[in-house]
Amino acid sequence: MYVAVKGGERAIDNAHAWLAEERRGDPAVAELTLPQIREQLKLAVNRVMAEGSLFDPDLAALAIKQARGDLIEAIFLIRAYRTTLPRLGTSVPVDTAQMAVDRRISATFKDLPGGQVLGPTFDYTHRLLDFALAAEGEAPAAAKAPATPGPVPHVTGFLNRDGLIEEEPRDDATPADLTRTPLELPADRPLRLQAITRGDEGFILSMAYSTQRGYGRTHAFVGELRIGRVAVEMDIPELGFAVEIGEVELTECETVNQFKGSKTEPPQFTRGYGLVFGKTERKAIAMSLVDRALRWKELGEDNIGAPAQDAEFVLYHCDNIQATGFLEHIKLPHYVDFQSELELVRRLRAEAMTMQEAAE
Amino acid sequence: MTELFETGAYNFAYLDEQTKRMIRRAILKGVAVPGYQVPFASREMPMPYGWGTGGVQVTAACLVPEDRLKVIDQGADDTTNAVSIRKFFQRTAGVAVTEATIEATVIQTRHRIPETPLREGQIVVYQVPIPEPLRFLEPRETETRKMHELEEYGLMHVKLYEDIARHGEIATSYAYPVKVEGRYVMDPSPIPKFDNPKLGDNAAIQLFGAGREQRIYAVPPYTRVVSLDFDDHPFTASKAPHDCDLCGAKGSYLDEVITDDAGSRMYVCSDTDFCAGRRAAGHVGRLGVAMADGSA
Amino acid sequence: MTPDALMGGFAAAPQQSARAFRGVLEAMARPGTLHLLEGAAPPAPLSVAAGVALLTLADGTTSVHLAGAANCPAVRDWVTFHIGAPLVRAEDADFALGRWEDLHPLNRFRIGLPDYPDRSATLIVEVDRLKAQGPRLTGPGIKDAAHLSLPEVAAFRANRALFPLGFDCLLTCGARVAGLPRSTIVEDV
Repeated sequence: MYVAVKGGERAIDNAHAWLAEERRGDPAVAELTLPQIREQLKLAVNRVMAEGSLFDPDLAALAIKQARGDLIEAIFLIRAYRTTLPRLGTSVPVDTAQMAVDRRISATFKDLPGGQVLGPTFDYTHRLLDFALAAEGEAPAAAKAPATPGPVPHVTGFLNRDGLIEEEPRDDATPADLTRTPLELPADRPLRLQAITRGDEGFILSMAYSTQRGYGRTHAFVGELRIGRVAVEMDIPELGFAVEIGEVELTECETVNQFKGSKTEPPQFTRGYGLVFGKTERKAIAMSLVDRALRWKELGEDNIGAPAQDAEFVLYHCDNIQATGFLEHIKLPHYVDFQSELELVRRLRAEAMTMQEAAE
Repeated sequence: MTELFETGAYNFAYLDEQTKRMIRRAILKGVAVPGYQVPFASREMPMPYGWGTGGVQVTAACLVPEDRLKVIDQGADDTTNAVSIRKFFQRTAGVAVTEATIEATVIQTRHRIPETPLREGQIVVYQVPIPEPLRFLEPRETETRKMHELEEYGLMHVKLYEDIARHGEIATSYAYPVKVEGRYVMDPSPIPKFDNPKLGDNAAIQLFGAGREQRIYAVPPYTRVVSLDFDDHPFTASKAPHDCDLCGAKGSYLDEVITDDAGSRMYVCSDTDFCAGRRAAGHVGRLGVAMADGSA
Repeated sequence: MTPDALMGGFAAAPQQSARAFRGVLEAMARPGTLHLLEGAAPPAPLSVAAGVALLTLADGTTSVHLAGAANCPAVRDWVTFHIGAPLVRAEDADFALGRWEDLHPLNRFRIGLPDYPDRSATLIVEVDRLKAQGPRLTGPGIKDAAHLSLPEVAAFRANRALFPLGFDCLLTCGARVAGLPRSTIVEDV
């Protein structure tokens, strides 16, 4: 006797309990602490902060632990939490020229004011598994040098002085907020940058890579890549001036792109821009390439139909929370629609058979 | 059950007041322009996109403490996602819930319209995955918006006509497009086309929420809703040519259930409340057992 | 700020605004039906329903135009304190509030754009009497026909002719509200 499936609620509760057990794993192994995740899985924490659009390393660490290391799931937890937070105010724009840099490199100049600082990078590591880590060996202390105080000027500023790179005039208008207004096309550059900086690292990486392989090539050089901490300041109306309320770690990438000029613009270098929470170098570089590719229209370039030039395509598909939700929803029951398709196919087949028989 | 809003952890019906106002304004504009998709700043909800976030936001913006909420998925109250959404509102809004269509004041649904006729005072909230009926003909939002503006629906008619030329009938069996009040072509959400006739001249307020796509639209009560068709190929609301094997209903939408490896099948009402109601009233189908025997 | 400006808002905003919204929704979805809007005490000359409608729908992200007698210090202060909406001229308003004659000329109000007809004004019209009698209403939300004591007919007919563009109206009197969306066809009886 057929009995309709009941007990959905109990099934859900049991699944959650099992999930919690699985998350914990073997209880004989010590449980991960949030400081361990925050300190030792820092790049995962950074990605969750960047794509979650919330700078809070402790919450990101919690999300990673809760999500069992599934970073998209962790980003989702942060996003859902973020939307519930009250908005108490807006900071003044951060000044990345005042960044306390851990890393700062330029590919376009051998040396430059402020210096090249390699910083803690994987770049020149040989990718050999380090079995000493498996034995929980202590890392030797790195050499120390006194910090060089003072501003670190942007490379693009040097080019700008000579008029060799496009002018980027300061604009104090408040940009639209992607999380508070529905996306509308065409989207201006601030809106596009907001979407890309929280977009999926893999998607943005692939889009950027496609431009390098000729799908909307932009001839990018890394004019400068810098990683470090900047102060966040807020205007306090009662005081009449801005005060520092904290600091955030950022990765900023500015590309310098060869440009032969177009119908509307003279020959000069142009810019692509990437700014991402945390140490997120791959994402920041990719972001600056995609930003530059999306600027074809304002620079009077041809649209060759490359995916990375298509703002509607990039902006509607870069968000991994939207993408994963919609992708995975097809595992929800669809038997009502499937039933209507079944009947349609049966009917069409029956008609086709009848016609075939009549023809024979 | 812990009522989260009473502990102060979350606001009544989860969303903050400003978000609810924004959604409410969009709903009212949707009601004023039936079938037109109003953009709204959809929020990230604590459930995945594609799982009813649009419907949940619309429901959250409509709920009052006195409401009695029904949530169905595939016509059933006990499917897991329906259970999950119902539980969410019990926890965050403390509202009463029901499985009985006639008792509900707000019904959130995915893929079905209840068989029991709706009445004034009820609101039906549809979960919508892709609100744009023209999307599968034209992927660009910039283009489809222009098509709605100019009432340029020729592409849709061409597609439907091509179906007829190839298959002898319109090969769309769910999410069948409709025209609302003679103006906007609208996606009725992926309900089977069997349900389309219930959209028009309905006593209830029908609201549609698409969270990921950031759109809300509405069909007010007693509104003209016409399924697109051609004079020589009129629209027909089809269903499996069977009666319900449990309650014997002749006119309800049926699920086909495979009962063994030999290909045996039975057909049962997709609307579980409707079927249970009929059986409680003594109706018995081909394979059903009278309710008095204590069996379903 | 007038001392009374701090008073008269919602005491339990989430629940009260939810109930008020349902009233507004039913009113807008069923033109010609009357609904109660209660729970706040706006300053004179605003009706309770007009004040509640504004508290429910407007906030710092929407602009409000106050017309005629409604544009007085007491109301301005109350709107600023409880709603935080910027007060603007008619042409820029998301919501406009005033007596029918004070809202004229009506062609100042936004009617939406051809591709975004939702970007239109909602007028909250204060009337002296509000009854389900008078001009005949047909269209979405109405089974057969309804009647509503409208201040005039011609303006609503002209607005309907713009459909899907046009403004939408809430008519308020005391604690009662009725809706008249742009989709309604209005005729003299």
